[in-house]
Amino acid sequence: MAATLIFWAIVLLTVVSAAWVVLSQNLIYSAVSLLFTFIGIAGLYVFMMADFIAATQVVIYVGGILVLIIFGIMLTHRITHVRISHKSVQRGIGALGAILILMGLVKMIITSPWRVIHSPDPVGTTAGIGKLLMIDYLLPFEVASVLLLAALIGAARLARKGD
Amino acid sequence: MHDLNTYLIIGAVLFTLGLFGVITRRNAIAVLMGVELILNAANINFIAFARFGGMNLSGHIFAMFVIIMAAVEAAVALAIIINLYNNLGTVNIDEADTLKK
Repeated sequence: MAATLIFWAIVLLTVVSAAWVVLSQNLIYSAVSLLFTFIGIAGLYVFMMADFIAATQVVIYVGGILVLIIFGIMLTHRITHVRISHKSVQRGIGALGAILILMGLVKMIITSPWRVIHSPDPVGTTAGIGKLLMIDYLLPFEVASVLLLAALIGAARLARKGD
Repeated sequence: MHDLNTYLIIGAVLFTLGLFGVITRRNAIAVLMGVELILNAANINFIAFARFGGMNLSGHIFAMFVIIMAAVEAAVALAIIINLYNNLGTVNIDEADTLKK
């Protein structure tokens, strides 16, 4: 019972803060709501027994990407503007299209005959993920590291002032 | 604990919100936030199908690669946005129309 309550509280936190990310007129408020969305999604991962991915979500999204986004905001707006506002355009048409897409997706989800395999709760996923990464997915793992290096060099080269 | 449809619908709602952000925002950083929401919605689907498909850990691996992609994408996109700001003095994507003129 308590677990169900916590689950729906996390769902509410995730969806409301995600809505605030796209509706707020203040860029800093959007960034802070994004923080709560990421934390809520990490909570949902915990409910789906994905402990390693939940920790990765907190470390990389909250600790890395969000800090990067806030750096981006600070570097691209005059810091004297305390209220960094940003307007939205064509909200009506955008909302209409988004709601139509949501209705289509929900109809597809509800009517599809998903084949669910019930399995016991695992005691931890880290060992299994490690084995898969080092055996079945070794090449994508190495390619991802090369991609990270390329992005590091590329981003540093792009963001440098002057040529 | 809960059924698959709950998680899929949460993912669909997050995807729709992210899409709404991408198509209505003018600020490039806000558009980037919408893209992050869409990537997270995809991740929720990967983890949900992994959980309700017999605890198949391949879904977790894919979610991890999506997170790596998101980090790469955020770094490069912000470098591009900072360049845009240095060149044009704005980060509004509808004002970056020098090619059209």
